[in-house]
Amino acid sequence: MANKGTQKRVDEPTGTEFVGHEWDGIEELDTPMPRWWVWTFYLTIIFSVGYVIAYPAWPMFERATEGVLGWSSRGQLAEEIDAADQARVSVREALARVPIERLPDDSALMQQAVAGGAAAFRVNCVQCHGSGAAGSQELGYPNLNDDAWLWGGDLRAIEYTLVHGIRQVGDDETRTSLMPPFAGVFESAQMDALVSHVLSLSGKGQTNPVGAQIYSDNCAACHGPSGEGDRELGAPRLNDAIWLRGSSREAITRQILNPRMGMMPKWEGRLDPVTIKMLAAYVHSLGGGEDFVEVAEDPEVEVDEQT
Amino acid sequence: MGLAERHKKLERNITLLAVGTFITVAIGGIVEIAPLFWIDNTIEEVEGMRPYTPLEQAGRDIYVREGCYSCHSQMVRPFRDEVERYGHYSLAAESMYDHPFQWGSKRTGPDLARVGGRYSDEWHVQHLQDPQSVVPESIMPQYGFLSETNLEIGDPSAQLTALRRVGVPYSDEDIEQAMADLILQADPDAEGDVEDFLQRYPKAQVRDFDGDPDRITEMDALVAYLQMLGTLVDFDSAAAQEELAQEKGR
Repeated sequence: MANKGTQKRVDEPTGTEFVGHEWDGIEELDTPMPRWWVWTFYLTIIFSVGYVIAYPAWPMFERATEGVLGWSSRGQLAEEIDAADQARVSVREALARVPIERLPDDSALMQQAVAGGAAAFRVNCVQCHGSGAAGSQELGYPNLNDDAWLWGGDLRAIEYTLVHGIRQVGDDETRTSLMPPFAGVFESAQMDALVSHVLSLSGKGQTNPVGAQIYSDNCAACHGPSGEGDRELGAPRLNDAIWLRGSSREAITRQILNPRMGMMPKWEGRLDPVTIKMLAAYVHSLGGGEDFVEVAEDPEVEVDEQT
Repeated sequence: MGLAERHKKLERNITLLAVGTFITVAIGGIVEIAPLFWIDNTIEEVEGMRPYTPLEQAGRDIYVREGCYSCHSQMVRPFRDEVERYGHYSLAAESMYDHPFQWGSKRTGPDLARVGGRYSDEWHVQHLQDPQSVVPESIMPQYGFLSETNLEIGDPSAQLTALRRVGVPYSDEDIEQAMADLILQADPDAEGDVEDFLQRYPKAQVRDFDGDPDRITEMDALVAYLQMLGTLVDFDSAAAQEELAQEKGR
């Protein structure tokens, strides 16, 4: 490689200067960058000056420069969420105003609530209750499509469950109950008899006097004499074909000996009240929703509130 | 000699070029990186943050060991779609006691920065043992062995001491009590002063996490960790919201 120093030589055919590098007679030309490239490069530099002035850029001693536009990612988020809220404001305001049990009176609003609830359900609820809200008959997640309700299936009851959760630690108003473990209480023959009786309640087995006796002594207080359950206590109904923890003899035995109690998180605080209302409307609409039965002490006052 | 000629000198002297490159990169580094150590945005303090309890820290180590970060991020970005799905966007201060932080950069699974309290303990156990049993379309691997593996950590006190050396403010009592605290949080029957524990670790959740109260498993630790993620800072307070929305220069 030969360095020709400052002496300039020009390549005749192209009119371009040589760089001065030579390898076995092959020489490098000092071809300039294309003009368009150079100008684009200068333009980006000019753009960056404007950008630095307009947007947050230089970190200083306490904070970064703010930029004359006053933009911030958090501010933009707040604006976007605001705009989205504005777009739904009429529906949301109407929903916030109407007591949930009055919702079915306004079918258009109910429809919008169900649609909003369906979207919120897919984000927040499907992980346990499944994307079709069918839950699981083995794992303890209730099916929300049927008319079997642990804690009540009218709009207000569903909303209450959503707001306070089930067995939520730290919420004094959460729905809660506890089935005592019966491990070590019965002998295995008694256990067999009891399981048979429990199965017989839904027509899946033969009842027997021993099992029936144990049932009425230990279980009927909560689950009812014929297994109709008790919504006050969240005690599941046993005389239907719907199960929470499995319907096999083993599963029932396991659940009697060492009951696993389901837990649902409360959504108050995590979701806003209107979204919770929408979810209640959606769950209610799935097929098993029950009518709200008025038990107001003074019905006239209730009617006044409505207008 | 023109500028181009002088630049040529720099280009053709390898030592000079290395020195020049170093100086240029160093200037960039000082301008971009050094201010992060003093500007308010990055060292803001947030009410509610506390160091991890020994059990949560053990769960975090399992989280790291199993490479959960390869598929799960812990960083809710300030975009509407993320905030509506996961909850309030993450703050830098929420990772202040993370060594290393678990922000991640890839979401094969969902973000976990605010997963705490979203599901029941039982769901977490079922889901870790067999993700497809609760989320049929999931491609997450099964981690059932966590339920069968006793939690074995040599010396939680040493772990806390190491973290204190890099700036996590564990007190002498925290370090001394580490083993007892760890057992206390996961075992409802353990002897110990729960009040004192909660005094030192506010909002800590004390219960059996994996549904097997007889022993403390890796599942206990991991679920304890997952259940506290994103639960420490109260974003609903009006003051907090106001302050965040008005922040500039970000």
